[in-house]
Amino acid sequence: MPSNADPMSLAGVHARLQALFPLGDLAPRRAGLAFVDLPATCAPPALSHLRDREGFGHLVLLTAVDWLEEELFQLTYLVCNREARLDLGLRVRIPREPARMESIHDIWPTAATYQRELREMFGIDFPGSPRLDEAFILEDWRDIPPYRRDFDTLRFARENFAERPGRETWDPASHMRQRLYPEANPGMDPSVPGDRS
Amino acid sequence: MKAELEKRLVTGPDGVEFEVDPLRDYYCDALPEVQRPAYLRIVEDLFNWARAESIWILGFGTGCGAIEMRPLMTPRFDAYRYGIQWRPTPRQANLFVISGYLSVKTLKRVIRSYEQMQNPKYVVGLGSCTLNGGMYFDSYNTIKRLDQYLPVDLYITGCMPRPEALLAGFLELKKLIRAGKAEGANQYAANFAWYKANQKQVIHDWDMPDYNW
Repeated sequence: MPSNADPMSLAGVHARLQALFPLGDLAPRRAGLAFVDLPATCAPPALSHLRDREGFGHLVLLTAVDWLEEELFQLTYLVCNREARLDLGLRVRIPREPARMESIHDIWPTAATYQRELREMFGIDFPGSPRLDEAFILEDWRDIPPYRRDFDTLRFARENFAERPGRETWDPASHMRQRLYPEANPGMDPSVPGDRS
Repeated sequence: MKAELEKRLVTGPDGVEFEVDPLRDYYCDALPEVQRPAYLRIVEDLFNWARAESIWILGFGTGCGAIEMRPLMTPRFDAYRYGIQWRPTPRQANLFVISGYLSVKTLKRVIRSYEQMQNPKYVVGLGSCTLNGGMYFDSYNTIKRLDQYLPVDLYITGCMPRPEALLAGFLELKKLIRAGKAEGANQYAANFAWYKANQKQVIHDWDMPDYNW
């Protein structure tokens, strides 16, 4: 698709990439940073193209978002073109079960570390990625991966780690309201978060 | 396997033959013992005075609070005037400052380092996290009560305590040592099974000896 955008801008990159892959619209965040959605199967060839043809030589990060309600994981590949000072984020959505994505460690070896982290923290599998099943941060984790949103971290902490009795939680808003205007909120218990009775 | 890694008989300089297995980890695995105070009160007081005047801290920053110890080494706060200094190895240290939140992964290294320290040794818990979890009360990988896993002689509260608070805490610890009340290491030895059970409850991949000097 011919475009009249500046060939060195993200819009130019997007136009050239759109001729090759079924891309979504470009979502600019600020000058030099934009995100674009694309199907999961297109992400590795698109990243390869960006690295080799468009000068995006640096993988800034690879991270995930858990869209629990939609039963999806979103992976974000943020790549950088240092000469042109451009950052482009590729967003793909993959099913939550089974969570699997093609590895890109052959495009950027550093991606293997991100993929190990995603494997441990989100339980996303990247078949073929080196040292994927070695412990990354957690050692001998036995629950569901802790960054999944259906992992109840408070319940886990209560069940596993001893607590010192007497710890009180004060909701700052209601506590200060009670402290500053006691006559206006006579029956309020400041130790109950959100108690506006 | 290389020849030098295989089990073999070695003759020592005194002529005694003994077997050496180069792949075995040699350590003293005797359990810790309660150190009785000296027979004479005046001797024990002398020991305690000496202990209080040479607090050597293990340079192991276990959490964010370690950043508050760095200014203590500088001329502005200058902890060295109190006989407090930092040492690079557990063998030379007698105070372990657990500086802030303690993840389960770090706890494992902390236990190993603590057990390698020589008696008499003390533990100071720094910050709210060591007391009741602090802001990490709902974290999936930090413990909430340090005294379940290690004997704590003194807590310094705050999030974060300033270097002045640390100095005050160290001076308080000196008083405890001089009064003979900093008995954490003995408490650890006396309740060793209880501490080990608590430690193993959170550290699942227990791949180290139960005790090593």
